[in-house]
Amino acid sequence: MLMTNLESVPGRTIVRHLGLVQGSTVRAKHVGRDIMAGLKNLVGGELKGYTELLQDARQEAIDRLAQQASAVGANAVLNVRFTTSSVAQGAAEMLAYGTAVELD
Amino acid sequence: MFELGIVLILLIIGYTFGRLAEQRHYRSIIRREADYRRIPVFATRHLPKDLEPGIKTTLVMGSVVISVDYFKRFLAGLRALVGGRMKSYESLIDRARREALLRLQAQAEQEGGEMVFNVKLETSSISKGARNTVGSVEVLAYGTAVIKQRPPDRE
Repeated sequence: MLMTNLESVPGRTIVRHLGLVQGSTVRAKHVGRDIMAGLKNLVGGELKGYTELLQDARQEAIDRLAQQASAVGANAVLNVRFTTSSVAQGAAEMLAYGTAVELD
Repeated sequence: MFELGIVLILLIIGYTFGRLAEQRHYRSIIRREADYRRIPVFATRHLPKDLEPGIKTTLVMGSVVISVDYFKRFLAGLRALVGGRMKSYESLIDRARREALLRLQAQAEQEGGEMVFNVKLETSSISKGARNTVGSVEVLAYGTAVIKQRPPDRE
């Protein structure tokens, strides 16, 4: 599955346009990481636990995006965008969306 | 009285360690920015036409979560009373954004990319700190890395 956030793929033409596809996940942070982050909050700096957590979540959103894209018969997703929103205290939603297309 | 003492100790710890950490981080950012200048990053949405033949593209991203220290959060609380520039949050977000871009460049290099196009930056406050202060921010930078296979029709 080819993914890009450009609007076209250089050197290849779009044969079919298959509409918007998306993948999302909601993740909560767990207590162990929270305690570490709470300590780190005191002195400032990078919260590695949260960075990893969000990276994992984003990867899952991308995987689901790819899954949905292949389910509609696409071989590429163009113009991929990411958004993050916090839905509840201590939980974040990751959304990845893009346009599924079939390239020659 | 006892509580005031604890707050004071926290402020001192936040001030000293926070300052040290920030200085160290800025030094490392400046060093790595000079280092990664070989992978230019562009915000343009389209690839230059003369680049197009014989390249591959791949999605790359870099993200970081950074939090502000106790002392700066305290200062920001005071600043919120009178309004004006919040320097402590400006430097927090600046650090996060530059770090995210550096990680994007690092990933691009790992994948064999030579430049990155259509870079988007996204900022979100993930954990609302006590009393709805910003506390920590996440910055995500993503873009399309261009991998040159071999310059076509040129020696």
